[in-house]
Amino acid sequence: MNVLIDKFDVFAGGFWLTLQICVLAAIGALILGAVVAVLRISPVPPLRAVGTAYVTVFRNMPLTVVMFFAAFALPALGSNADFLRIPGLDVVFTRLGTDLPYFRFALIALTLYTAAFVCEALRSGINAVPPGQAEAARSLGLTFGQNLRYVVLPQSWKASIVPLGSVIIAMIKNSALIGFFGVVGDLSQSADQLTSAEGYAFIPVAIGISIGYLIMTVPLGALLDRIERRQAVAAR
Amino acid sequence: MTDEALIVLENVNKWFGPLHVLQDVDLSVARGEVVVVIGPSGSGKSTLCRAINRLEPIDSGRIIFDGQALPAEGRELARLRSEVGMVFQSFNLFAHKTILENVMLGPVKVRKEKKAVVQDRAMSLLERVGIANQAEKYPAQLSGGQQQRVAIARALAMQPKALLFDEPTSALDPEMVGEVLEVMTSLAREGMTMVVVTHEMGFARHAADRVVFMADGQLVEQATPDEFFANPRSDRAKDFLSKILTH
Repeated sequence: MNVLIDKFDVFAGGFWLTLQICVLAAIGALILGAVVAVLRISPVPPLRAVGTAYVTVFRNMPLTVVMFFAAFALPALGSNADFLRIPGLDVVFTRLGTDLPYFRFALIALTLYTAAFVCEALRSGINAVPPGQAEAARSLGLTFGQNLRYVVLPQSWKASIVPLGSVIIAMIKNSALIGFFGVVGDLSQSADQLTSAEGYAFIPVAIGISIGYLIMTVPLGALLDRIERRQAVAAR
Repeated sequence: MTDEALIVLENVNKWFGPLHVLQDVDLSVARGEVVVVIGPSGSGKSTLCRAINRLEPIDSGRIIFDGQALPAEGRELARLRSEVGMVFQSFNLFAHKTILENVMLGPVKVRKEKKAVVQDRAMSLLERVGIANQAEKYPAQLSGGQQQRVAIARALAMQPKALLFDEPTSALDPEMVGEVLEVMTSLAREGMTMVVVTHEMGFARHAADRVVFMADGQLVEQATPDEFFANPRSDRAKDFLSKILTH
């Protein structure tokens, strides 16, 4: 078990990198997922079709395949995803700004994939709002956008928050894949490095990285339970 | 009352799948007129009411409001809906907003009126329906009758040209029906144009200018309340009245 102490800096570094990509991908997926959800419930049929197509593709493809596409198709198209080298943001999230593009590719894949699930979580919340609410808003003359903004979305959050949390927890665990697509130094790739290259025993290392993931997921789960309990009380 | 029609339905047809819920319906409602629509359940009365502001799109025919055909979904339709108030069976007050916010939302967001002006008007409307002292509460804290009166105030806040009532008292406890009908009766007296789908025969008798009887998606007969209740012409109406008026 000495590896946990001796290589603490490796675990800590891995944790920090995994946390970075998760924070960025969560923000990206929430924004993109919200856009896709609005497309999916839009009254304009072609927009609805685009939203549905997006969800169908990214919810049904394995994340590994999405990662492959990001890591191999983007360079083939001549892009190093440089649009993600956002000034200011790359000071905190240093990997965004490096010349090696793999962190950015992995971020794109994780965001695209997770956004499909975010969209469906948001939509389940929207569907939980009684239809009479939107009908009353329409009968007052509110437009589709106003209806969403002032009547439907404020009430849908309650029903969305718990499934959204599950989606984000799943995303944190899914991020373990990024080490296989060129990202160096996240939690799971660090484990690989310590066991195969440096010869440490597998089980202590696995315990170490598990603790790293649990530090991110367990508090998130506890927070969701708390929100759920509070809602149950409020609903009484 | 003037004779110029505010709401005109011409040859309106509507299907729910194989079910022909509105069959060649013609109806015209004059400005200031109170039309009460009665009939057995499933006769299409609610659908008729909801078609007037296009909450239910129709399959064929024409609906004209204030000289203008109902536009397709979009900004134009939203503008038209803002001129037609609607009161629902299940109240449909916005659950996350206070009573006052419920009444103010339409004028502030749809009409872009100043908040201070709207607030004064909203408070006087709440005063009128007898709920001003509950303005800061949320809908769930009010009784059904109170919620429905707020819903009427919310519709009135838009200063609509007409009001549609879709079974406004059907979801209420019997003791609360009176307070809602009272508000509706006073609106009728003041000359508001109203289309009321209801089972309240008492209201139809005193407040209606005209009673429209529907059965099986058809508009079977229409007459003044006195005439309709005393001498219904069609067998369907006689049958309906004999069933409801014997208790």
